Amino acid sequence: MGEELKLFRTWSSRYALRVVHALKIKDLEYETIFEDIKNKSTSLLEYNPIHKKVPVLVHNGKPICESLVILEYIDEIWKQSPLLPQDPYEKAMARFWAKFGDDKVMPSIWSVFISQRKDQEEAIAQAAGNLKFLEEQLTGKKFFGGETIGYLDIAFGWVANLISILEEIADLKLVDAEIFPLLSAWMNNFSDHPVINECWPPRDKMVEKFKAMREPYVEKVA
Amino acid sequence: MGEELILLNFWPSMFGARVRIALKEKGLNYEEKEEDLPNKSPLLLEMNPVHKKIPVLIHNGKPICESLIIVQYIDEMWNDKAPLLPSDPYAKAQARFWADYIDQKLYNVCSIIVWKKSKEAEEGKEEMIEIFKVLEGALGYKPYFGGEAFGYVDIALIGFYMWFHAYETCGNFSIEAECPKIIAWAKRCLEREIVSKSLHDPNKVYDLVMNFRKKLGLD
Repeated sequence: MGEELKLFRTWSSRYALRVVHALKIKDLEYETIFEDIKNKSTSLLEYNPIHKKVPVLVHNGKPICESLVILEYIDEIWKQSPLLPQDPYEKAMARFWAKFGDDKVMPSIWSVFISQRKDQEEAIAQAAGNLKFLEEQLTGKKFFGGETIGYLDIAFGWVANLISILEEIADLKLVDAEIFPLLSAWMNNFSDHPVINECWPPRDKMVEKFKAMREPYVEKVA
Repeated sequence: MGEELILLNFWPSMFGARVRIALKEKGLNYEEKEEDLPNKSPLLLEMNPVHKKIPVLIHNGKPICESLIIVQYIDEMWNDKAPLLPSDPYAKAQARFWADYIDQKLYNVCSIIVWKKSKEAEEGKEEMIEIFKVLEGALGYKPYFGGEAFGYVDIALIGFYMWFHAYETCGNFSIEAECPKIIAWAKRCLEREIVSKSLHDPNKVYDLVMNFRKKLGLD
């Protein structure tokens, strides 16, 4: 059966990476269209007129937008290597933590990255509190999905990839292996997974990009 | 089978309304416990330690938090009647997209209109009208967002209707004049007994908002 899959993404978007990982886990073939955020293509604007953002998955000409919505769609159409748990309660938990990651964890990590001195100390306390919830979720598990990578691991992919980059640039340690042993182990297990490590964007380009994003927030010392 | 369902809620919450509607659509018996938000109950803090917010659905002692996640849980657990989400994966994805749009865009601007002074409230009003116009576009000529049947996106949005009178007064505008299709859609939803029984009187919400605004020194 002819299935046409296209993924609109940028080279660095952590949201688009979720879809890349999911498609890889499901072993699906697709065409990639890289977008330049400063010069969005007509196709992207047609497929996502509401948010005008990546990622957009186009399946046989029909667009699906918002990365977590796309993950659920992929999981419902292609049944191999299931991403979400079958049990409705476990499914609700996975959705809850993915939303927590986007709504709370990411903004709190970003605050640490762009703040300094006393503000940064407070931001670190806030971020650490959020990370503690993730640490607890890994009790007795190798991945958030259990023995294998699932929806929640993919949703938290940015934790495994981006945090160490932000730590390097801001010269601090947020996910200390002594304080967050399970989360640290998960970051390594996830990143080293063959399906995942092939897909990471180039680290040096990421460092360059995020250094530039941090610039306006950092006071210059004379 | 003994099913224990408890809903922790705050009566005017548009998010709590979503859960009420979903439970009623499925014909489920549940107990609703009213939270006093400045004095959250130990039960709420235990059941939602992450956000400490309502609504929380407690099913046989196990909590589910975040209203849209709760609605999906209800739909999946009691999947033998009154489907809330479409069965077609693409239609389901569209429903999830629009419910997410409502959460991303509408709530923030609502807060600006009711809890800020007039200049910011005016700007909030412009944004709200924009959002409703986008939603009118999504509705099109269909009776409900999902088509012929009342469903997930309708449930996601209809709770905000309780607050329309308050938004109109604080923002000094008429939602019906700017976005008549949204009002027509809302009235259609309210013709469903389950919906009208799940929503509180907009005048009561209006009184709550006005009292709070007075306390905040906004008027």
